[in-house]
Amino acid sequence: MQPLSDSSVFSPWQPGIFSLSVYGILILVLLAVLLFLTEWLGHRRPGAEKQRPYESGIIPTGAARLRYPVPFFMVAVFFLLFDLEGAFIFSWAIAAKPLGWAGWLQITFFIFVLLLGLAYIWLKGGLAWGPTTHKK
Amino acid sequence: MVLDWLLGMIVLLVKLGLILGALLFGAAYLVWAERKFLARLQIRLGPNRAGKFGLLQPIADAMKMLTKEDLVPDGADTFVFKLAPVVVAVTAMLMFAVVPVAPDLVLFGRSIPMVIADLNVGLLFIFALSSLGVYGVALGGWASNSKFALLGGIRGAAQMISYELALGLSLVPVVMLAGSMSLTEIVAAQERVPFIILQPISFAIFVISAMAESKRIPFDLPEAENELGAGFHTEYSGMRFGLFFIGEYVHIQVLGALTAVFFLGGWRGPLLPPVIWLVLKIIFVALIMIWIRGTLPRLRYDQLMALGWKVLIPAALVNIVLTGVLILLV
Repeated sequence: MQPLSDSSVFSPWQPGIFSLSVYGILILVLLAVLLFLTEWLGHRRPGAEKQRPYESGIIPTGAARLRYPVPFFMVAVFFLLFDLEGAFIFSWAIAAKPLGWAGWLQITFFIFVLLLGLAYIWLKGGLAWGPTTHKK
Repeated sequence: MVLDWLLGMIVLLVKLGLILGALLFGAAYLVWAERKFLARLQIRLGPNRAGKFGLLQPIADAMKMLTKEDLVPDGADTFVFKLAPVVVAVTAMLMFAVVPVAPDLVLFGRSIPMVIADLNVGLLFIFALSSLGVYGVALGGWASNSKFALLGGIRGAAQMISYELALGLSLVPVVMLAGSMSLTEIVAAQERVPFIILQPISFAIFVISAMAESKRIPFDLPEAENELGAGFHTEYSGMRFGLFFIGEYVHIQVLGALTAVFFLGGWRGPLLPPVIWLVLKIIFVALIMIWIRGTLPRLRYDQLMALGWKVLIPAALVNIVLTGVLILLV
């Protein structure tokens, strides 16, 4: 967003936040119309058989909200760490030219540490899926 | 002053209506193109009953989806279940807001910007929305009260966040070269050379991660039909299923547009008008994606994660450092 002045915020001629808001509202209206139409036109004959969760014809047993495997959780944690570091890299990237070699050296050190971290979780088996055949 | 505002508002609404209409029309006919092209790759005919070459098929499909029963399965979290497809569709369509379709149009002495919102954090806006899109998949899978859907949702969430990292890091060199995160500026920076020539590695990483982000073969594990039914949208029917579909195909167009903007020079091209060039580039990327779908088998989950974490992310990081050297030397 560019620096805001009172006159330009609500100007429909500017490609700014106002235009974006109108676009967002249009999308919501469109989806509301679609969902209203389907509510209005759609058949509605619910039944116990029809509403049973689909499991290829077998009657479902137990809870559907399984406790999911730990690797998925680890992926989420790694994502948080690396995405945050991605934000640092972006803030350097936008000023890569003015910051010169000093900036490059610093971000290279940062990325080197990042790669070390990646190598560490790799060696520790954090990126392994399924049973491993070799000893950790 | 008020008249000027009203006139501007009308112009804005027409512009937004055209863009939104083009996106939805594009989504409908991309489905048709995919079915037709895929059928040809598999030596079948594809849809050919509704209209000439099956051209009316998307309209028939839309009618059918509107009149189908909107079913909520037993034990589902109704609110979240109904919300999830809307999240997927809205985030996909909102992403297009920052894509410049053409240079500013001058009409009767007024300049009309041919981009909905030229945010100077355009790139971050796209990342934010694609992160929000993960919620649609994960919540839709969780709320369905079905094991297939839950497994699909979890797989989808893990896959999408992993490849989002590679996607983000592959665009760092583009930001470095353009010196800006505004998509208009990025297109402006490619006046002489499109970035695909300067950054072929980034381009490859971006395209692979973009395909994984849109959950298409060879990365379609969240909806792998031979193990999970239909994955995270197994339990959806009617227009809510349709919204997942609209979201997916609008997302493909957005990714095509982003590939064009970041690497292929955006709307730039000789002879033809800029908008046509952008559309051609989007169609080109979409057709390549369909072709890949017709050619490659699905990856295994460990292969998928290994490709993302052990190949693409390190490659993207090294590429950033090398691009730094390149920029400072030149």
